Amino acid sequence: MKKKLSILTFFTVLFIYHVVHASKSDQLKVYNFEEFEHWLHKETDSIYVINFWATWCAPCVKEIPYFEKLYENYKDQKVKVLFVSLDFPAQIESRVIPFIERMNMQAQVILLDDTRANRWIPRVDEEWTGAIPATLVYNSSYRKFYQREFDYEELKEIITPLLN
Amino acid sequence: MKKLGILLSAMLFAVATIAQGYQVGDKVEDFRLKNVDGSYVSMADFPDANGFIIIFSCNHCPFVVAYEDRMIELHKKFAPQGFPVIAINPNDTIAEPRDSFSNMKIRAREKGFPFPYVIDANQTVYPRFGATHTPHVFLVKRDGRDLRVAYIGAIDDNHRDASAVEERFLANAISAVQRGQSPDPAVTRAIGCTIKTRN
Repeated sequence: MKKKLSILTFFTVLFIYHVVHASKSDQLKVYNFEEFEHWLHKETDSIYVINFWATWCAPCVKEIPYFEKLYENYKDQKVKVLFVSLDFPAQIESRVIPFIERMNMQAQVILLDDTRANRWIPRVDEEWTGAIPATLVYNSSYRKFYQREFDYEELKEIITPLLN
Repeated sequence: MKKLGILLSAMLFAVATIAQGYQVGDKVEDFRLKNVDGSYVSMADFPDANGFIIIFSCNHCPFVVAYEDRMIELHKKFAPQGFPVIAINPNDTIAEPRDSFSNMKIRAREKGFPFPYVIDANQTVYPRFGATHTPHVFLVKRDGRDLRVAYIGAIDDNHRDASAVEERFLANAISAVQRGQSPDPAVTRAIGCTIKTRN
């Protein structure tokens, strides 16, 4: 009886571990540029705010709460915030997911894993030299790329006229 | 009236372009920056150089760290051919203490940098070049008595894995310059850490 119970416990623990582990990987989808590119050209009535960042980029980390606040305040008004992490894929489990959890990031986060940056950077925007943070804001009638940092008020100023 | 608008926008665009720093072909002004060994380094100190591999670099950026060994290899290969590496840390050391001068000395010693690793302490050199991130490379070539930008951008096309590199942008650019040709591509792009300034 005792032995059976311990075997059962063992498999239960194994099962829970797998569920937790699987859900952790699900938290962060990894795409190459071809798979990601459609995010840059959505033809809907939403406003897209796409922020390129990495956990090791201090100014990126600093502005994350402002993008989160934007997401929180405008999610009912068709504003889509997407965080595109440029972290190294080898650090997803050890660094990126713990960071997302610690910051309690609610807007969608994906990881762009594509080393051929010289090919895809100009396809995001011709003006982008590759420095992060960088943010693309667009809707059906507006498109602007910003290679700079933001605070919340600055983001709000960009979004507000696009809401009408 | 419309024509005036177009003219004005063209002028504004031109000004914006100039403000971004050197373009390929532009004449490069010399600098005098403090090296980790305490000396001051200028391009004029290398009268025999055919050019320079100027790399805006730092200590803390993971993309720089990924390239440090390749920077050393580049210097070892191309310095004897007249193209030494000069690494310049453009970051404000209060905004990013990990890039302080004392940490630069430590990093240079740890890695055994065979090239000068200098600091743009007043942050006057990187805006002239129009560097925006680290690592950001400017290949400079000698043109008579002048020095001119020949190539701007990345070292190669794979920051993560030196063995998976397909295109050696910088090495190809140097070869082109050595053959008297214009590098193609003359500008490439790579992800990097933005240059840190004090707000």
